[in-house]
Amino acid sequence: MAETIQFELNGKKVEMPLDKDQTLLWALRTNFNLTGTKYGCGEGYCGACTVLMNNEAVRSCTIRMEEVAGKKITTIEGLAKNGKLHPVQQAFVDNDALQCGFCTPGMVMNAVGLLEKTPHPTRQQIVEGMEDNLCRCGAHVRIIDAIESASKAL
Amino acid sequence: MKNEKYYRDEVPENNPTFEVDRRNFVKLLGGGLFIYFQLGEFLTGVSAEAEQRRTVPNDYNAFIHIAEDGKVTCLIGKIEMGQGIITSFPQMVADELDTPLESIKMVMGDTELCPYDAGTWGSLSTRALGPVMMTALAEARSVLLEMGAEQLGVSKDEVTVENGVIFIRNKKSKKVSYGELAKDKKIEKYLEVKPKAKDFSEYKIRGKSFNHADGVAKVTGQAMYSGDFRMPGMLYAKILRPPSHGATLVSADTSEAEKMAGVSVARDKELVAILHADPEKAEKALEKVKADYKFNEMDVDDKTVFKHQLAFKSEARVIKSVGDIETGKKNSDFIIESEFYNSYVAHAPMEPHTALGFMEGDKVVVRASTQTPFGTQDGIARELGLGLDKVRVIPPFLGGGFGGKSAFRQAIEAARLTKLTGKPIMVQWTRKEEFFYDAFRPAAVVKITSGANASGKITAWDFSEYFAGSRGSDTIYDVPDAKTTSFSARDVHPFATGAWRAPANNTNTYARESQIDMMAAKLGVDPLEFRLKNLKDERMIGVLKAVAELFGYTPAKGPSGRGYGIACGFDAGGYVAHIAEVKVDKATGKIEVVRVACAEEIGFCINPEGATIQLEGCITMGMGYALTEEVKFTGGKIHTENFADYQIPTFSWLPKIETKILHKNEPPQGGGEPAIICMGGVLANAVFDATGARLYQLPMTPERVLEALAKVK
Ligand code: FES
Ligand code: FES
Repeated sequence: MAETIQFELNGKKVEMPLDKDQTLLWALRTNFNLTGTKYGCGEGYCGACTVLMNNEAVRSCTIRMEEVAGKKITTIEGLAKNGKLHPVQQAFVDNDALQCGFCTPGMVMNAVGLLEKTPHPTRQQIVEGMEDNLCRCGAHVRIIDAIESASKAL
Repeated sequence: MKNEKYYRDEVPENNPTFEVDRRNFVKLLGGGLFIYFQLGEFLTGVSAEAEQRRTVPNDYNAFIHIAEDGKVTCLIGKIEMGQGIITSFPQMVADELDTPLESIKMVMGDTELCPYDAGTWGSLSTRALGPVMMTALAEARSVLLEMGAEQLGVSKDEVTVENGVIFIRNKKSKKVSYGELAKDKKIEKYLEVKPKAKDFSEYKIRGKSFNHADGVAKVTGQAMYSGDFRMPGMLYAKILRPPSHGATLVSADTSEAEKMAGVSVARDKELVAILHADPEKAEKALEKVKADYKFNEMDVDDKTVFKHQLAFKSEARVIKSVGDIETGKKNSDFIIESEFYNSYVAHAPMEPHTALGFMEGDKVVVRASTQTPFGTQDGIARELGLGLDKVRVIPPFLGGGFGGKSAFRQAIEAARLTKLTGKPIMVQWTRKEEFFYDAFRPAAVVKITSGANASGKITAWDFSEYFAGSRGSDTIYDVPDAKTTSFSARDVHPFATGAWRAPANNTNTYARESQIDMMAAKLGVDPLEFRLKNLKDERMIGVLKAVAELFGYTPAKGPSGRGYGIACGFDAGGYVAHIAEVKVDKATGKIEVVRVACAEEIGFCINPEGATIQLEGCITMGMGYALTEEVKFTGGKIHTENFADYQIPTFSWLPKIETKILHKNEPPQGGGEPAIICMGGVLANAVFDATGARLYQLPMTPERVLEALAKVK
């Protein structure tokens, strides 16, 4: 019998066969059809694949499924509750903190993780916390503004 | 096969859900009012040949559909890649038709539903298609008014329209809505466009700022990019890649890979693909393929490239010449001769090239991240030997393009593989493949010989660009004796090159604005004053003065030690000027950008918020090619494989950004590109002002800065 693992995904208990080579990124995208989590580089450089693991922002392309067993995973799809956007999502919309939007799910998740740790960051702390999430369109200024305003709304 | 299955419930607005072929389109959209516009020669970029090669009706270039519920669908051939036309176009449509903004829906770039378009580039959506659409919409409005008047039993001049409701001027209760006009009818109107669009003063929605129309879809992960579609039986393809450009496949042994469970191999001439339902499994299997190659590479690398270029046999073309350059030189009190160099840079959109191919009967359908859906359709049809009616390309949201997604190799690969296997095939490039196959911005050399007289007037300007491309090579300054020459050659590059946000202009503006700065310094005059003294174009003068005010600039001759740089330029119909402040660490050679101010004039600005975002994006992105971005290679081998080898701007780079958009009641111009062109020049000039060191090569890496500092006496 194939080994299975269990974990919590966006508030629901899920179970799947364990494939030791599989990364969380592709399990989300293929097994669960949660395609909001993006592939940008596959090697941990860009942050497009950021999700929360036990409320901490992690890069799902670098996480093997073994490590996910028993953990609580939140993806961009699991952030809005009852049709209401998470304050960080709302702040991204209000501040127009996106262009092509491809980096956006990763940016939002990383920001949520950052605010989880540091609820009221200074601008400098936001910059440091977001530094390794890449955006090619240059939405950076507004992303910082968005996170700052979300931290006030939280 | 019904397509509904693999759509999500929440389909973002620009993903057409109509699954019909165009001939049945009218039937399937149900009742309503269809208005087709024939705009022919207005639409730049549509060649007669391209028009003829289309098998579908080609007697119109755009159309709108008004449904019974009053919803207006606007179908255009452009795509949304972050530049924001999904937001600004509905503003235009709503305004011209006098209908609520919320009632507008865009369908973009679907080759089967939308009118032909050459591609989304050159900031053309707003400046070329925009005016044409506006005129067309004005005509549509007049047709609607006519129909409304008829229904109300009055003459056309007795009625007017607000919010999509037509009523009799002095009897508001007598009314009929657009939706009601469309009810139980199927009216097709073919219009030839003549009437004038509204005057700027009548604009209600245009000129106001709107947030991204696609914002919610994008912050919730619901916005669908090419790689996000799923289909029953879909397989991921991982394709065997040569180790370098110029290498050709001799043999490939896939037997080891085939032993892995679930793997199948698709082969067609040089195309060898490993297929698997799990992309990571496909990738693993691909590693097991053994392949032999024949090499035929160019003897050049990122260090020798400029020598290689100058020695290459090229063709000279004089782009522009006024007066006589030799006379100009004689009239000069001093002459400066310089050579500027710019490296290959990558587009590096966050979304790599992706395409999903599948069969619908004998038709090949490809969802592809492409800036040129119709070009992609042509390319696939040619490659597969199919008629255009047997190929459909649908572009969903694009995760950035910047010119790089004008190349559509991945879509051809998906089409070939789906045709070969009959299965839905997802081709999603890895970051390494994205860097390898990117059509880089060309490395280039610019030589300038210029002279001025003692009173500070430029007297001679001889500008030659080698392989940059001619966009932005204009003198822009008022010089009596000036010449611009463009040198080009086929096969000078060891790999593909192509358009990169404001193509050629980044290189040309960097060189020109550096040279201007050098002349001002030589004369001992303030660089802003020197520019203003030698400019005649009022719009250029306007942006320079505006940026000086925005920045709070005070004159000083360079190098002043303050680290202030100035540059200005012209691109895609728009005027821009920048002033930047930098700090240079003389020990490490590291440049810190402290402030960038930018003034832009793009005629009438449809969505100031959207345009400001583009300005910020240009400034941020532009710091990359100015400071760090450079593709490393040896022959056809690309050493740049992931972001660890290619530093793009990040949060810690952010300077204080100040922007100003000057409004002009002139035809709207594109705002997605102009503001990036000055970034090389403005930062190079700021470094000079800070240190007295002149940087003749981009990017200005710490090593190059240190080298230049060593030369300062
Ligand atoms: S895809 Fe995971 S960090 Fe880039
Ligand atoms: S919005 Fe396009 S990459 Fe960030």
